[in-house]
Amino acid sequence: MYEILKKEVMSETVKLMKIKAPLVAKKAKAGQFIILRIDEKGERIPLTIADYDRKKGTVTVIFMEVGKTTKQLGTLNVGDFLLNFVGPLGQPSDIKKYGTVVMIGGGVGIAPLYPVVRELKQEGNYVISILGARNEKLLMLEKEIEEFSDEFYITTDDGSKGHKGFVSDVLQKLIDEKKKIDMVMAIGPVIMMKVVANVTRPHKIKTLVSLNPIMVDGTGMCGGCRVSVGGETKFACVDGPEFDGHLVDYDNLMLRNRRFICEEEEACKLAGV
Amino acid sequence: MAVKKTKHPMPEQKPKDRIKNFNEVPYGYDEKTAIEEAKRCLQCKNSPCVEGCPVEIDIPDFIKQIAEGNFDKAVEILKTKTNLPAVCGRVCPYENQCEGECTLLKIGEPVAIGRLERFLADYERKREVKIPKIAKPTGKKVAVVGSGPAGLTCAGDLAKMGHAVTVFEALHDPGGVLMYGIPEFRLPKEIVKAEVNYIEKLGVEINYDVVVGKTITVDELMDEYDAVFIGTGAGLPRWLRIPGENLDGVYSANEFLTRVNMMRAYDFPNFDTPVKIGKVVATFGAGNVAMDCARTSLRLGAEKSYILYRRSEKEMPARNEEIHHAKEEGVIFKLLTAPVKFFGDEKGLLKAVECLKMKLGEPDESGRRRPVPIEGSNFKIKIDTALVAIGQSPNPLIPRTVKGLKIGKWGNIETDEDGRTNIPGIFAGGDIATGAATVILAMGAGKRAARAIDKYLKSKKK
Repeated sequence: MYEILKKEVMSETVKLMKIKAPLVAKKAKAGQFIILRIDEKGERIPLTIADYDRKKGTVTVIFMEVGKTTKQLGTLNVGDFLLNFVGPLGQPSDIKKYGTVVMIGGGVGIAPLYPVVRELKQEGNYVISILGARNEKLLMLEKEIEEFSDEFYITTDDGSKGHKGFVSDVLQKLIDEKKKIDMVMAIGPVIMMKVVANVTRPHKIKTLVSLNPIMVDGTGMCGGCRVSVGGETKFACVDGPEFDGHLVDYDNLMLRNRRFICEEEEACKLAGV
Repeated sequence: MAVKKTKHPMPEQKPKDRIKNFNEVPYGYDEKTAIEEAKRCLQCKNSPCVEGCPVEIDIPDFIKQIAEGNFDKAVEILKTKTNLPAVCGRVCPYENQCEGECTLLKIGEPVAIGRLERFLADYERKREVKIPKIAKPTGKKVAVVGSGPAGLTCAGDLAKMGHAVTVFEALHDPGGVLMYGIPEFRLPKEIVKAEVNYIEKLGVEINYDVVVGKTITVDELMDEYDAVFIGTGAGLPRWLRIPGENLDGVYSANEFLTRVNMMRAYDFPNFDTPVKIGKVVATFGAGNVAMDCARTSLRLGAEKSYILYRRSEKEMPARNEEIHHAKEEGVIFKLLTAPVKFFGDEKGLLKAVECLKMKLGEPDESGRRRPVPIEGSNFKIKIDTALVAIGQSPNPLIPRTVKGLKIGKWGNIETDEDGRTNIPGIFAGGDIATGAATVILAMGAGKRAARAIDKYLKSKKK
């Protein structure tokens, strides 16, 4: 059993939880994820690690309430327990000196971007961060990420904060200004990652994306999370979750992520969430 | 009195009833039938059946006790060699092992050894499970990675020898393939849990949610334990490698069965994990896992459940009993048929599979006749779900993360007969060493490894 030590409301539909999980905290690295199950009847869901504290033995996850499990998770409070919490899973981000990196987070994808931003900065990179959301209320971790960024941009679809438009607009502008960029990382909605990859592809800028497909076991056993990367089938759980953004088949990923939409609605309705 | 030439029939659920539920198909022998069946045993002096048993059970001895009505004594004999009799009594391929060697085969059917084993295990479970004598503590600690049949057997045997055993399991339930793979109607999960409970009563501690290779490494385990046994199985699904395999509606057998068995998707939305199969399901492959997929599909409400296999019935690797059960339940066998492409609609939803008819050519290296495509025989079948059950490879997580560990050409961990790897103190057994095989072979490997580990620990300086 894994105790919830802290709960914070990040935005209307996004919550943060700090979980006591010493074994996971001991090994966690930026870019990896965990799988949790709330109770005996629960499903296993993957969440990317937003932060960890090895000394205190805690792991932080930030999640958007989109389905039955995340909505139910959002109703839990400090002192409640999760039945299962396993990890760290997947390959960690390759933290090294690239030079100038552009770090792009969209919506709840801002959360897993944070530890990567921090560690790339500590590694001596020049960090340009671009955070985007539909509106100001859906932004998060602005201060935390700005602290580790040399340049910092905000975009909102409705213009309620920062640039009115998309993260890719800012990226395009940086490229047009002939900024020398050594690596771009994008974490967020699949469509955002697809657009970012399309922007960098003609300029041959190394682009990494972090994928979050449907998973069951998270250990490479079921292949539910398979994605097509450069024409090869990869498992996001063990080969990923980060992949070369120029090689991912985003359309197939979007289709596969909608596999259980009807069932999800049914489960939500039945649970009254 | 002449010996009855056939086994006493196994009472079981009628096909038309059982395809509507997930309850176990056979009910098991009652005491009277078990005694009668046991009396068929000739008590051969050379006991060829024991030769056929990977875990060396003293078969004629326990059968003799059943014949005399001494069920408790029979259980005791059985459990000196196997820690999981209720599992073996259900899923062992007896026909190729103990029963395949039975002298009675010369005049008719063998003694129903498997059914008798199951009878005893069920008899004991309904009463009080006795804990055997455990050797006094040796002070040695062993880590067992994976709680499938190999790991549980190894752990149980080591505990009986007096070693302190800790099992590390990646998932949230114990049993490995017994829990996620084999369906409820063939191996009820309560039975797996009861068997695991017995292993725990022997003093074995099981830690869940630990992915060895990620949460903790084998090297770290070696710092803390005197020996490590790796029994992480063959968890990596194989694919058909044909176009359209990533469409919505194509599942690996592992994903499908894990959703249904371990996550209980058959009870959705009471349980949270969904599965959807539509009306027509095609399972590719003809092993036991394929039969499990095809039969599970019927129980989930499929109107048609096909087995598509590129060779003929004779080459099907599944046990006869499983094929027989599948046929009884209405699974449609399309043999000498190989898939070439999946088709989906504009939403990426699976709609059909294109196949080729095959004919049998010369035998290949496995000795089975090689299927050869018949040019221009292409045809399409409309399907809603495809289940790919063409085998699994060893799980690469541990082979990839232990420095210096010798790996075979299929990604398996190389070991000797008794499970020794090239690194002293690290042992492995079951599917991770041999590639996908059977529950009982994994148990046999766990048993031999336990003996080798015991020997290794005793040879080490105090």
